[in-house]
Parts: sequence; C-alpha cells; structure tokens
Amino acid sequence: MELFANQILAGIATGAIYACMALAVVMIYQAIDHLNFAQGEMAMFSTFVSWQLMQWGVPYWGAFVLTVAFSFAAGIAIERLLFKPLAKAPVLTNVAGFIALYAIINSVAGLIWDFTIKQYPTPFGSSPFLGSQLISTHQAGMIGITLLMLLLLFFFFRFTRVGLAMRAAASLPESARLVGINTSWMIALGWGMAAAIGSVAGMMIAPVVFLEPNMMLGVLIYGFAAAVLGGLSSPFGAVMGGFLVGIFENLVGTYIPGVGNELKLPIALALIIIVLVVKPAGLFGRAIVKRV
Amino acid sequence: MTAMLNVKDLRAYYGQVQALHGLNFSLNEGSLTTLLGANGAGKTTTLRAICNMVRSTGAIEFDGKPIGTRSTENVVRLGIAHVPQGRGTFTTMTVEENLQLGAITRTDKKNIVADIERMYDHFPKLKERYSQQAGTLSGGEQQMLAVARALMLRPRLMLLDEPSFGLAPLIVRDLFRILGKINREEKVTILVVEQNAQLALELADQAHVIETGRIVMSGNAKDIANNEDVRKSYLGY
Repeated sequence: MELFANQILAGIATGAIYACMALAVVMIYQAIDHLNFAQGEMAMFSTFVSWQLMQWGVPYWGAFVLTVAFSFAAGIAIERLLFKPLAKAPVLTNVAGFIALYAIINSVAGLIWDFTIKQYPTPFGSSPFLGSQLISTHQAGMIGITLLMLLLLFFFFRFTRVGLAMRAAASLPESARLVGINTSWMIALGWGMAAAIGSVAGMMIAPVVFLEPNMMLGVLIYGFAAAVLGGLSSPFGAVMGGFLVGIFENLVGTYIPGVGNELKLPIALALIIIVLVVKPAGLFGRAIVKRV
Repeated sequence: MTAMLNVKDLRAYYGQVQALHGLNFSLNEGSLTTLLGANGAGKTTTLRAICNMVRSTGAIEFDGKPIGTRSTENVVRLGIAHVPQGRGTFTTMTVEENLQLGAITRTDKKNIVADIERMYDHFPKLKERYSQQAGTLSGGEQQMLAVARALMLRPRLMLLDEPSFGLAPLIVRDLFRILGKINREEKVTILVVEQNAQLALELADQAHVIETGRIVMSGNAKDIANNEDVRKSYLGY
C-alpha cells in the first residue's frame, strides 16, 4: 500500500511537469493550430540559461525569475521572427520550421554548454517531505510551484481583460479583430507565456533528469501524450492529462512486470495512438464541428 | 449634414476575381442607410472592404481621413463596429464575456459596467442568459447579442451584415425596431446590408442598390420603395 501511495505521489510530481509542457503545447496549438515540436528544446535552453546565471553567482530564485522573464521575451521573439512570417504558409512549411527550431536550439545549447551531463540544484532540498517517506521535498515543491502557476494562469485567463482578449483571439480570430483586438500580438503573447511555462517545467525537472541538451526529449513526448489525452482544444484537459500520464506511467512501470524504466516511453507513445484512435478529441476536448 | 464615411472608386478582389467594380457612396452622420442587392452583388464585400478584411483599392475616408491602409482592428478602434454575417458570436464564452469583448478596446472602465446594464435594458433576453454560453442562445438572441456587442464599442458607425438572416419575421421586426431606436437615440450612424429589401427600406432613410459590384441606384429610401421599376428589376417584390 505504501508503495502504491508512493508511486501515485511521485506520478503527480512528474505529472505536474508533463502538465506544464502539455499546457505550453496547447497554448500555442490554440493560437496557431500547430504543434510546437521545439517546446521541449526551448524549455531546455531556458534551463541552461538559469544554470549559467547561477554559475555567475545569481541566487536560485533570482535566476528563476530572470529565466522566466528571458523565456517570455524569447518566446515572443521566436514568434515575431519565425512563425509570424509563416502564418499563412501551408502546414508542412510550419512543421519544417518547428523541426528546424528544434535542431537549432539543441545544437546551439550543445555548442555553448556542451553535451556533458550537469547537476542542477533544487531549492527545496531532497529530504523526506514532512518526515514522510512517501514524497521528497523537491517533489512536493514541484507540485506546489506548478499548482501555483496553474492557479495564476487560471485567474489571468478568467478575470483579466488581456486574458479575455487572448481567449477571444484563439477561439475566433476574425471576430476578435472586429472588436478591435490585435490578434497578431495575442499570438505572440501566447508564445511568450508558453515559453515561460516551459522554462518553469524545465527548471523543476532538471534536478531529476539532470541538465543536458536532450533532457526534455522524453518529457516533451509525455507532454504531447498528456495534451492528446486531455484534448488539444482544452487547456484544462491538457493539465489533467499531464497528471494522469504521470500517474499512469509510474503505476505501469511498477506493477506490470517487464516494463520497468525502459518501456515507459513506448507506453506514452502507445497512449497517444490509442487516444487518437478511440477518442480523437481527447478526454476533455470538444470535437470540432464545422458548419457548412 | 457632413459626410462621415466617404467611399470612392472602391474595387475589391478575392484572389484574381474582382468583386467590386468602382463603388462610390457616402454616409451622412446620423443617417441610417441600407445597401440592397441580390446574392453575390457585393454587399458583404463592401462592408468587408471598409474594415479592410478583403484586398481592395480606391479611397475610404472616415471623418475626412483615409482609413484604407489601416488594419481591421485599427479601423474598429476608430469607432466603426461591424456585425458580420453569421454574427461572429464567441460561442464558447458567456453572454457577458461577449459584451465585455465588445468593449475590450475602451479605456473608460467605469462606464463599461453601466453600458452592459444598458444593453440588458435594450435586450432583456440577454440579461436572463448573461452567464450562459453564447452558443446555446437561439439565432435571434445571438443576433441581439451581436448587435449589443457592437454597441459596447460605443461606435459612431455601425455596419450590419444581413441581420435578418435566418430569423423569424417577428424577431426581425423587433430587431429592426431596436436598430431604429439606436440610430435615433444614440446617434449611431448605421449602414445595414439586407436581402429583406421591403423591411430595410421601411427602416432606412437612404438606400443604395448594388448589382454585380456596381451601384445602380441611390436615393431616398421612400423614393426607391415607391419606384416600381426599381422594385421589380432589382429588389424582387
């Protein structure tokens, strides 16, 4: 029983990271109808930036805040420079753009910081949380930071004018322009926020997976699985999908013999395929019905 | 009366296809004008060209200043509200959120709440349903919401694209009565595109008849309604 509870809690902790990545992917998907394959690399690069800041002597939380701000600005810059010009281009052109971005960020990070694995600090320590063996303080911190961020995002989208404008621009761009919303900047803002959310996920998961240019590859695939499971049209679904995938992954790895760590990733991929076949809109998504 | 909107030699294109062939007309401040014509005549395109939602050439002036190069959202910010065909309702959002979106460019936050109340006075049905998802409203209610959303901009000019489309005759009457009231009481200049010519001519004071991208007849709405030749050849009633 203790093992079970332990696995559930650990699943929620990593699930929180998947939820962040899924949310970042869904935010961009809602804005421009494309999956950002480079979301994980953007998060990885941000994490390296925070590591570099700490190497230069900036304290953890200072580096954390600076990195989130940097990521926000970088997300906007990527949209302005690369994806705004591609806005009316065919799907495949955009896919090529994402893959190029993936490769470029990965290589540049390797060039600057090389490919050796680095330790990454946790501000929460790794002792047992509240004296319980079930969960470590870092895992608890991961869950706490993620929930705080999700709560802030919820309030932002629900109760602020910019949040309302962003939702409007994502759901019906033409109508949004007709009430005077600059939809192009709303998309850029969405990119900035997605990059910032990703950077938080990267900094939270780095102490677990260690810092290196390929650290987010697996995480992003879980993030995709979470987004597909929850439904690409639903930010709430993406977050729930993240937690579900995290728990599912841990339970399968623990209780199904022969799965272990090696087969966890294929299970995430299998999950994507099964959901796409059985319920393409995801658990919380709405099927897109177009009136003709 | 001075001309608020001046359209000169307006030509519009969808790809290679030319939809408007040199339109000229102007709207006086405070007027209620209707643009009539058959399917495919270019009525919707004219409205879309004013808001720069379709490629066009020619001159469009608002208050004497050219607006042809402004983006759609910047045209709207001048106080030109556009109720598009199909209403453009934000169906996944609540009625109240739709109204707030109408005022999203306004900076006078204090007055927005009062304006929402004012819309509920105009359209009591919307008040009953303020927390409901807009997509669950009936067609008539959604059209009311679209008009209310446009009014939340406190527009000086309102463009309406076939507001009667798909609505029951009684509801159309009601809607047109409210449009007349808005025009008189709130001094909003209105340009309404209609296929329901008879009703539109009753409501409007000016009318333009458009055929295959050209204006073929302009004048006082009453005169056009009384001109049997025009009615038979262009308006079909």
